Amino acid sequence: MNLPDNLKYTKSHEWVLIEGESATMGITEFAVEQLGDITLVECPQVGDSANAGDAVGTIESVKAVSDLYCPIAGEIAAINDALEDEPEKVNNDCYGTGWIAKITLSDDASEETLMDASTYEEYLDSLD
Amino acid sequence: MEELLKTPLNEELKKLGAKMVSYAGYEMPVRFGSIIDEHNAVRNSAGIFDVSHMTEFWLEGEDALNAANYLVSNDLNAVSNGDMQYSTMCTKKGTVVDDLMVYRFSSDKILLVMNAACKAQDVAHIEANLPKGNVTFTDRSLETAQLALQGPKAVSILEKITTDFVSLPTMKFTEGKIAGVDCLVSRSGYTGEDGYEIYCPNRGAVTVFTAIMEAGKSFSLQPVGLGARDTLRLESKMPLYGNELNLDTTPLEARLGWAVALNKANFLGKEALMAQKANGLTRRLVGFEMTEKAIPRHGYPVVSLDDHGEPLGEVTSGCPSPTLGKNIGLAYVSKKVAKVGAIIGIEIRGKVKSAKIVKTPFYNRPYPVRTE
Repeated sequence: MNLPDNLKYTKSHEWVLIEGESATMGITEFAVEQLGDITLVECPQVGDSANAGDAVGTIESVKAVSDLYCPIAGEIAAINDALEDEPEKVNNDCYGTGWIAKITLSDDASEETLMDASTYEEYLDSLD
Repeated sequence: MEELLKTPLNEELKKLGAKMVSYAGYEMPVRFGSIIDEHNAVRNSAGIFDVSHMTEFWLEGEDALNAANYLVSNDLNAVSNGDMQYSTMCTKKGTVVDDLMVYRFSSDKILLVMNAACKAQDVAHIEANLPKGNVTFTDRSLETAQLALQGPKAVSILEKITTDFVSLPTMKFTEGKIAGVDCLVSRSGYTGEDGYEIYCPNRGAVTVFTAIMEAGKSFSLQPVGLGARDTLRLESKMPLYGNELNLDTTPLEARLGWAVALNKANFLGKEALMAQKANGLTRRLVGFEMTEKAIPRHGYPVVSLDDHGEPLGEVTSGCPSPTLGKNIGLAYVSKKVAKVGAIIGIEIRGKVKSAKIVKTPFYNRPYPVRTE
């Protein structure tokens, strides 16, 4: 499974790339494999504030609806508009063109609940 | 957790990459890869399904036909030996215990193929209501495997193994051999495509499956899971028990009046259904497509699109339709809005999205069934 080292991960299978005061988020390859064909991404609203763990959107596959959780506290700064017409970008490139939102971190944003790649990998192993 | 039952094809399906889920007490494949790819394979070429979880109930004895005809809503005297017939099995109140395919072998031998998820309910209902007489009821589900070969290329694939079933007309069945295994074969299915449903003893299932997979190679035959089975049947507006049908709905509300023979001498639920017909339906099943970007799902409320958000009914099934490229669904709605072209609202996570009632089925097979 592809788990890039420069990303942090949540137990609800989001990834986040933190670069200074801002972050980019999406869902992990594990989440994509679990969901199957992604047919609708309801992105967070730009301007909304969220704490880590807040439900900010939904991902729908052919069969199921899953919540999307904010990986780190902040304000939604941008969303990936391309997913509106091409949600399959999340299937095809979940760490790249299938990114979901950008977040401006809040002052008290904490990485405490996030896992690095090797910890997330161990977590995935524990799920079987 | 109770241990899940496994069909005789369990190991074969896992080798093919099946993602297994718990369904009706069985470990069943929900998909192998992409549900959309599997769906499209069935629409464009062919797919093979393991549906061995389905129940096979037999009624045997000289009163078997009459007993079956009392238990189900359609009229088995309107068809001949060798015919199969879709039907519902109702309570005295006219609500649906299960829907089923009835195979009429003869007046003293009838096969009822029903939903695995309803098995306990079906057995209890049949045992409690089986008319007295010379008839025995036997459940042979656990010893019987069932495969469905579905799609425009189904006939060409089976033809490579044996030509015995090419001429079998739609909704008829016959017995014969596939790869040396004794099978019951019907020209039928749950996808809206041409195809076959094939029953054999458990011990022959892998042989039949392997022979069909081999014959299907040149037709890109794909194994298909329950995920695409659901999207295929929904596009063809075939009901799913637990969604469109349950103990609170009648076949008339579900628009299955064609499978309810109210002119038949007597059957369970007849009086209640006669009364419902005479009084008029208050709600009925309709098909709709979303006109805003949203996917309808089982249980979502149907409301009026005006400011009042008046409750109008409930979605029973919904999905993105791979064939149509739209989001579609079925819903029970009040009679007053149950018209093609009517605009309704679907409440999705607190937001109302617009939808339009459309003609069903959403999908019609665009080719004739080949029988020579």
